[in-house]
Amino acid sequence: MVVSGRPGRPLAPGRKLLIAYCVLVMVFLLLPLAIVFPISFSSAQSLQFPPPGYSLRWYRTYVNDPVWMAATWRSLIIALWTTALATVLGTLLAFSIVRGNYPGKAIVNQIATAPLIVPTIIYSIAVYGLFAGFKMIGLWQGIVLGHTVHALPFVVMIVGAALRTFDATQEQAAEGLGASKLQAIRRVTLPQIRPALISAAFLAFISSFDELVIAMFLGGSNVTLPKKMFDNITMEIEPTVAVVSVLQIVLVSLVLMLAARFGAGARPVT
Amino acid sequence: MVEPATGSADLELSGLIRRFGTVTALAGVDLAVRAGELLTILGPSGSGKTTLLKAVAGFEMLDAGDIRLKGRDITLAPPARRNIGMVFQNYALFPHMDVAANVAFPLEMRGMAKAAIAEKVAWALQTVDLAGYGARLPRQLSGGQQQRVALARAVVFDPGLLLLDEPFGALDRKLREQMQLEVKRLQRRLGLTTLFVTHDQEEALILSDRIAVMKSGQIEQLGTPEEIYARPANRFVADFIGESNLFRCRVSAVADGMATLTGEGGLTLRIVAGTLTAIGSEIGALLRPERPRILVPGETAGNMAEGEVVEAVYLGESVKYALRLVGGGSLLVRLPFKAGHGMLSPGQRLRLGWDPADMHAVPWS
Amino acid sequence: MSAGLLGLRRDGPAIAMGTVPLLFLLLLFVYPVARLLSFSVEGGNFAHFEKALTDGLYVQVFLETLRIALIVAAICLVLGYPLAYGLAIASPLWATIGFAFLLLPFWTSVLVRTYAWMILLGRNGLLNRTLLDLGIIDQPLALLHNRTGVIIGMVHVLLPYMVFPIYSVMRRVDRQLLSAAEGLGASPTQAFRRVFVPLTLPGVFAGATLVFVISLGFFITPALLGGGRVMMIGVQIERLVRQFLDWGLAAAVAIILLAAALGIAALLRRLLRGDLTWS
Repeated sequence: MVVSGRPGRPLAPGRKLLIAYCVLVMVFLLLPLAIVFPISFSSAQSLQFPPPGYSLRWYRTYVNDPVWMAATWRSLIIALWTTALATVLGTLLAFSIVRGNYPGKAIVNQIATAPLIVPTIIYSIAVYGLFAGFKMIGLWQGIVLGHTVHALPFVVMIVGAALRTFDATQEQAAEGLGASKLQAIRRVTLPQIRPALISAAFLAFISSFDELVIAMFLGGSNVTLPKKMFDNITMEIEPTVAVVSVLQIVLVSLVLMLAARFGAGARPVT
Repeated sequence: MVEPATGSADLELSGLIRRFGTVTALAGVDLAVRAGELLTILGPSGSGKTTLLKAVAGFEMLDAGDIRLKGRDITLAPPARRNIGMVFQNYALFPHMDVAANVAFPLEMRGMAKAAIAEKVAWALQTVDLAGYGARLPRQLSGGQQQRVALARAVVFDPGLLLLDEPFGALDRKLREQMQLEVKRLQRRLGLTTLFVTHDQEEALILSDRIAVMKSGQIEQLGTPEEIYARPANRFVADFIGESNLFRCRVSAVADGMATLTGEGGLTLRIVAGTLTAIGSEIGALLRPERPRILVPGETAGNMAEGEVVEAVYLGESVKYALRLVGGGSLLVRLPFKAGHGMLSPGQRLRLGWDPADMHAVPWS
Repeated sequence: MSAGLLGLRRDGPAIAMGTVPLLFLLLLFVYPVARLLSFSVEGGNFAHFEKALTDGLYVQVFLETLRIALIVAAICLVLGYPLAYGLAIASPLWATIGFAFLLLPFWTSVLVRTYAWMILLGRNGLLNRTLLDLGIIDQPLALLHNRTGVIIGMVHVLLPYMVFPIYSVMRRVDRQLLSAAEGLGASPTQAFRRVFVPLTLPGVFAGATLVFVISLGFFITPALLGGGRVMMIGVQIERLVRQFLDWGLAAAVAIILLAAALGIAALLRRLLRGDLTWS
């Protein structure tokens, strides 16, 4: 795990300074997340801080607004499809890359991680140009495809890391005992890398649910939740966006907790 | 070296070749393992023994050669179709399955009925003394118990061949010796043809019916442990198996079945001539350290040497001495330790003798 | 018999498993990106590149992007290195808590975080109001819709990318080396500076490269916090496509951005090779 401090030594002044510094940086990281909570419960007409009073009026506004609701459902459905597609495709690809020894494997590996390196804005207009030719702008299925490309590298990396640390002799043992390659993977390997699969699925879900730029280009007038937020932010800063922000932060916390409980490798550090 | 395939050979390897780039892991290996015998592949790391084992198991593909098991050509068969039980170095137990599920796995893969599986698993666990451990997870077992589970899993489906890949490496010395005997007993009782791979020569001598010593992808010598130890075929085998003194000599005379050898520093040795007939040929004369004995004053022997103790190592029932011989050169001897007599200390001189029959000649080059 | 042919058969399953996802990526990633990039040389000449590289506006955009990326990387380093060190020496409990606090913003939507910064940094935002109330300033600071705002927002998004690689390298440093250095007469500070810091440089370079390269392609944060006044490449590309429908020029700018990102990443990797043991 983590290297602990040398016990038995008094806290040096340098150490106290370090702790104070770390706390300040943490405040910087968390303050923006914390600030949206009180604002979402504001009773004011417009954005004010601190709020003059507290109410659930903006939550009501959000729930009762059909546009917000439609955007939320659309994003949920897109995220679920993306999760399924990216997890299946990414796991297959991770197996192929880790277990395979065929010529061209290095290139396949490069292609699998390239969507991380190419800036999202470039990929967005590229896929926008392609889909526009097929009259696919505005279809949620198109966004699913774009988001799957976006989420694939995460899945490949997390599942790939798990496969690399997984002892491959177990698969050999299973084969030697009479299992086919497929049986060996299904009965021996998959049950043991399940935590990584769960983490990968969660992260694929979040990466799609939060994604703005691809959805902005491919969505047309059928806006996703992030696009609806973006539109509202550029128009005027009003507390409905804070409500959605709170819901997203809660969702992310939930998913991270679930991933920590049932998953593995959610930390980007191995 | 080609071992003629006998009628009773269970596993026949012929002309196995495997190259990795410029490295030749198997350079044409021929080997026949007889039914019911435990044959050990012994060699240093990089000798190709692991590649050989993997090729037999089906995890490594060959560039050329044939593998036959009980008369069936399995060269191209996938591992699952070879019907070979293997115990891996790290056991490769499935950590997410309990002991019974691990042992049942090969039977399930063969589509056996549930009741028959339960019966077989119970038998296998009984056989390795683990009855009642079925519901435990592998990580809840000790190293020795894990190995028994691996063994049970490898024999439960009546394999045509048992492969053991350095299975004792992870165990401490005492447990290792115990497990070695148990494995040997089990193998005998089930009459399992077994191929055992190790780099540990002591282990090989204890367990094997026959030993194949490998080096650079080739079998250097195939024989019983006694043959390998007492009559190594060449310098490599002599050096690799056991401790040895190897004197570089020339044959200077042959008479009455005895050969006289002269070595460096005026050393003169007498040895049973056997096939040594060519005067002047260069050979290595092998002398195992436990052969020489101390000569009392006036006593003589077929071979004699005098030297000074350089180093003494206490080994319990014996003491190992490194000696500097009078004519130069050095000699390693192991003498019984007699309580009360104490050990010789460095600097002390002693006279040693041994018989011509105690020595064995191997080709020098 | 040639058993060697079986080499391919052993890889058969791996190839089969990779085929569908690879086709998916070729069709929906490689092809559209290549297609977009090919627009830059439509007409068979390099007019778009010429414009992108000589037109004052685009040169300005490139320089501004580089400047912001450099500043963001520098600030992330200053904030991130001590934080990574703190996490590396913290007890398991505190490290877990610290990581939770780092991962929560990391996985929270950039949009949510940018929105929050708009609330915090505005003329009447929380920050200015607090500073005014405390009497530290008597005029509200201009923190939004300018470079400062963009940098603050970007540092917030990218700080974890700096911390993770540094942390993972720090964790692998053998603590005994520090004890050894102290045993050889170094003070704790000297041991830290002469032994620990040089050993963690690979993490620093990895983190800095990552932050810098990601910064170059940023879009949401500069678009919102910059308020249209901070022109970074990402924002400019979006404009070229959506407002001016100038795909050729957008593609040329995109290629220059990609080349810069990949080139800098490769350059740093080369500079680092065999040079990780500075002291």
